[in-house]
Amino acid sequence: MRPGPSPALRVLVFAACLLPLARLFVLGWSDALGANPVEFVSRSTGTWTLVMLCLTLSVTPLRRLSGWNAVIRLRRMLGLFAFFYGCLHLLCYVWFDQWFDGMAILVDLLERPFIAAGFAGWLLMLPLALTSNAAMIRRLGRHWAELHRAVYAVAALGVLHFWWHKAGKNDLAEPMIYAAVVGVLLGWRLWRRQRAAQSGSRRSSA
Amino acid sequence: AARLETRPGPHSTLEKPTSYRDVTGYNNFYEFGTDKEDPARRAGALKTRPWTVSVEGEVRRPKVFGIEELLALAPIEERVYRMRCVEGWSMVIPWAGFPLAELVRRVEPTGNAKYVEFVTLADRAQMPGLRSDVLDWPYVEGLRMDEAVHPLTLLTLGLYGELLPKQNGAPVRIVVPWKYGFKSGKSIVRIRFVEKQPLTSWNRAGPQEYGFYSNVNPEVSHPRWSQATERRIGEDGFLQRKRPTLMFNGYADQVAPLYAGMDLRRFF
Repeated sequence: MRPGPSPALRVLVFAACLLPLARLFVLGWSDALGANPVEFVSRSTGTWTLVMLCLTLSVTPLRRLSGWNAVIRLRRMLGLFAFFYGCLHLLCYVWFDQWFDGMAILVDLLERPFIAAGFAGWLLMLPLALTSNAAMIRRLGRHWAELHRAVYAVAALGVLHFWWHKAGKNDLAEPMIYAAVVGVLLGWRLWRRQRAAQSGSRRSSA
Repeated sequence: AARLETRPGPHSTLEKPTSYRDVTGYNNFYEFGTDKEDPARRAGALKTRPWTVSVEGEVRRPKVFGIEELLALAPIEERVYRMRCVEGWSMVIPWAGFPLAELVRRVEPTGNAKYVEFVTLADRAQMPGLRSDVLDWPYVEGLRMDEAVHPLTLLTLGLYGELLPKQNGAPVRIVVPWKYGFKSGKSIVRIRFVEKQPLTSWNRAGPQEYGFYSNVNPEVSHPRWSQATERRIGEDGFLQRKRPTLMFNGYADQVAPLYAGMDLRRFF
């Protein structure tokens, strides 16, 4: 077996990822979700989807920059938590906002780009979550890595969803933070790829 | 806040008023920040005494009213109105005030007065939200003359039988119950009568999203969400689905004639 983070660390990270959900339950229990609890829960789960996506995308840079290879073994858990909070966020919308009114949801999807962007992001997470187990990794072989590059698009769609949602009120301070973080995380990958390509071409011409 | 003597006024709804806690704890008042909790948290430093409202422009008798003068200008009525926010939530609020028409009458508008413009205080020392550039300050709202003198339009000085809490637009604000909440300017320092349609803050910030009229209309969607339903704060949520939004926020009988013959999709 490959050396991974100690079981204690994995349990700790797992528990930490559940804290945002636990917080919602505590606040709900103590009637502290504010005047508009549905909006509170909806926004909170959306925020944590983005945070989990950013954490997932941080694993590889962290591993490369620190040499702490074992951290890679936390990536699946973080990715699945991103999907988990994304599902809760979607459920909030479908249930408490639209009360399963399929027609209203369809109109929303067609008329409002920010809804479409958010839904596309969730849809794209679905195959990633379904192929995250060891058996699927083995079965898909090298295609697995190709498929899971879709997480870059998921992150971009998530930021776009948040950005368009806030754009109507010109209130872009928060989406800008996520855009910057995702930009750095994806930019770092591009930069590495370009550097690798350059050194590769140097080597072959020598 | 201090008690305010009121008598029951006309046009009140019998619906259950939203709790005082929600009415005073969940507010849009961007001068104090864009979060709903910001106004209650940060408006404490607002000085509401002394306070003057300059009434000017196309009037024969321009005048600067002190706040005490306004409180004594006409009998203060309690009016329980529905309040529909453009964001898709609503409340029922027992306001205290008198028809704006009472004030308009006293300054004698000229024939050139076609619109009324309301200007909110913009003081960086007291309003931390002004550091953000979400809007061009000061906050400007406006009404057509016939809307301004409509009996429903309230010059508002209090709620729940007391002087307006600061987060609700103390010491004096406008309430126009058939329009989205942002049309009802808060902490007013200037009322100007003008000939041309005022360039209002939200209309300037997003002309495709916030029209000058902004009448509550379930048939005209906001680009970001449908306006067909609304969530009544304190009532609709996890257990109760959102309720249908009514044309002109349920005040169609009183105000529909103001817009006879107008295309409300175009003039949204």
